[in-house]
Amino acid sequence: MTENIAPQIQQDLARGGWGQFNEERVTPIKKYALRNPSLIVGLVLLFGMLFLVGIGHVLYDTEQFRPLSAPTRLGPTLSHELRDGTTAAFPFGTDTQGRDLMAVAILGTPLTLRIGLIAGAVAIGLGTVAAFLAAYYRGVVDGAIRSVVDVGLAMPALLILILVRINIGRELSTDELGIAIGLTSWVFPARTIRSQVLVMREQAYVELSRLSGTSGMGIIFKEMLPNLIPYITASLVGSVAGAILASIGLEAIGLGNLSDPTLGMTIYWNIQFSSITLGMWWWWLPPLAAIVIVFVSLFLISSGLDEWSNPRLRKRV
Amino acid sequence: MTEQTQAVENSSSSNGTSISQIIMGVLGHFVVKRFLFFIFVVWLASTVIFIIPRLSGQDPVKEKLLLEAQRGGAMQTGLDEMAKSYQKRFGLDQPLWVQYTNFLKDLAKLNLGVSIAFFPRTVNDIVFESLMWTLGLMGTVTILAFILGTLAGAILGWPRRPGWLQYVFMPLLTLSAIPQYLLGMILIFIFAFKLGWFPLFGGYSPATVPELTLSFVVDVVKHAILPAFAIIFSSIGFWAIGMRGMMINTQGEDYMIQADAKGLKGSRIFIRYAVRNALLPQVTGLALVLGTIITGQVLVERVFSYPGVGDILFQAIRLSDFFVIRGIVIVIVLGIAGATFLLDVLYPLLDPRIRVRNS
Repeated sequence: MTENIAPQIQQDLARGGWGQFNEERVTPIKKYALRNPSLIVGLVLLFGMLFLVGIGHVLYDTEQFRPLSAPTRLGPTLSHELRDGTTAAFPFGTDTQGRDLMAVAILGTPLTLRIGLIAGAVAIGLGTVAAFLAAYYRGVVDGAIRSVVDVGLAMPALLILILVRINIGRELSTDELGIAIGLTSWVFPARTIRSQVLVMREQAYVELSRLSGTSGMGIIFKEMLPNLIPYITASLVGSVAGAILASIGLEAIGLGNLSDPTLGMTIYWNIQFSSITLGMWWWWLPPLAAIVIVFVSLFLISSGLDEWSNPRLRKRV
Repeated sequence: MTEQTQAVENSSSSNGTSISQIIMGVLGHFVVKRFLFFIFVVWLASTVIFIIPRLSGQDPVKEKLLLEAQRGGAMQTGLDEMAKSYQKRFGLDQPLWVQYTNFLKDLAKLNLGVSIAFFPRTVNDIVFESLMWTLGLMGTVTILAFILGTLAGAILGWPRRPGWLQYVFMPLLTLSAIPQYLLGMILIFIFAFKLGWFPLFGGYSPATVPELTLSFVVDVVKHAILPAFAIIFSSIGFWAIGMRGMMINTQGEDYMIQADAKGLKGSRIFIRYAVRNALLPQVTGLALVLGTIITGQVLVERVFSYPGVGDILFQAIRLSDFFVIRGIVIVIVLGIAGATFLLDVLYPLLDPRIRVRNS
């Protein structure tokens, strides 16, 4: 008898294990991916690039990102004879100052993303707190935060950063740059999230929660925040993209950290030595391609998240 | 006529309209309210600009002068005169609040000070000259991109569009994710370096003198084409996305269903009902973007070495010309706050709902 049951149990177990998981989890994701391809394509693009960069980190000697560590003005080559007779590979070539551009690309891409993530997290964190304080407590708090936001919107973050950076008078590390960008760019998310909270505040379920005696903090954390998470995530992606744009902008006009091989600094050196007119396409192409991939993937992810957080768009994507 | 107005005045004064009531009435008017807010924003922003250098405990003027003195050379001759001029002009040895009120007084007269690197040229002079280039190119191109992008978005968001259109617009939208200056670099490489169709950099050929002749104008237009295309290509998508979203939002509205039920022509519903209503947030966006074109395009100008505000800003940063940087920041703040003010005043003309609420 038991011998007959055993295969049945095994089958059940199989279905209850991976089979059930497949039905309950994977199939909806597959369906969603088909309906919302931009989110998936964006994520694949971004993580695909990070994967390649990760492989490069493990397999490639990235010490030669510094100037004067390689021969200068070398096109992409797989076997270059060095002065001591040995050969070395420079798949991405070298620049006028003797950096190995492959090493620069491998180190610079995650560094720039890191600036964006730090700045985005700071901006969305501050923005969300300010938005909830303003929209939930209204009155004087709202008035004060709103005037700060209005003034902040009239002063481009890039310019405040330029003023601060000039007056600090020293180079900022990449993490400091990220924090500084975050501190100057929280006003826009604060404004958009505030209006979302204002709408939500009047909804019936929030009203009900208030009537049943939930405290202000309870309503914010249990009722409002969970419902805003899709929107906040979409804003975060937007903020990260904006912060990367700002960081590259700051670096390209010469206010970055000259010793860091970020994408923005590589663009700065390109402009400084006018690599385009020198015909050194291998110098500007990798950072440009990396920046384009970062922005296109973030754009796709954010429009995918928009579709997720705004059901009105869902019907017609 | 005069009797009538007199009678009105008499009756109003007999009704006891005091001056304070009139003042309250004027202050209550939304245009005045918005103008006061404009002044407030400019004041607060200038105060921040005034405070930031003081917080760092460094004196950009002194440092710059010291730097120049160490370097010696041509700058040495003007040094004493320059230092005196600064002490007189800014009263740098005076108490902080005197400096502050002087700064605000100068600002009220739109006097932005004197350049350190190009002494004795004034900041007003330098900024105004470059502003012409920036506004001429960037302003035109931004409005062009707005019109093209809004049109594209309107068609994209219209359910009765031909199906193949979405394949045309998707690449354009993706293009908008690429920063303008990078697109500029690609355009320079292809059309200026490889093909040689357009000049590599600058606002006009180095050998020519700016003047109003046909050949100079042609020269300027030739230099402007590549930066213009870089900006148009990358911002069409931005406008298209916003417009498309608003067009979709109008679809479920009652007035759209009514227009359809009335049997109106599709083109009329499209223009008079859908586009007319979806356009409002786009106009808000345009005003905000027009306020920021000066900074938004700093890097485009840098990549093309275009002689606009962005290029001046870059030069000023390189030469640590603090007063020019500060002047540009103030001009930009004025631009954005001014654009917001104009928008607030003009918006009721576009949106009757706001008009009702204001009156």
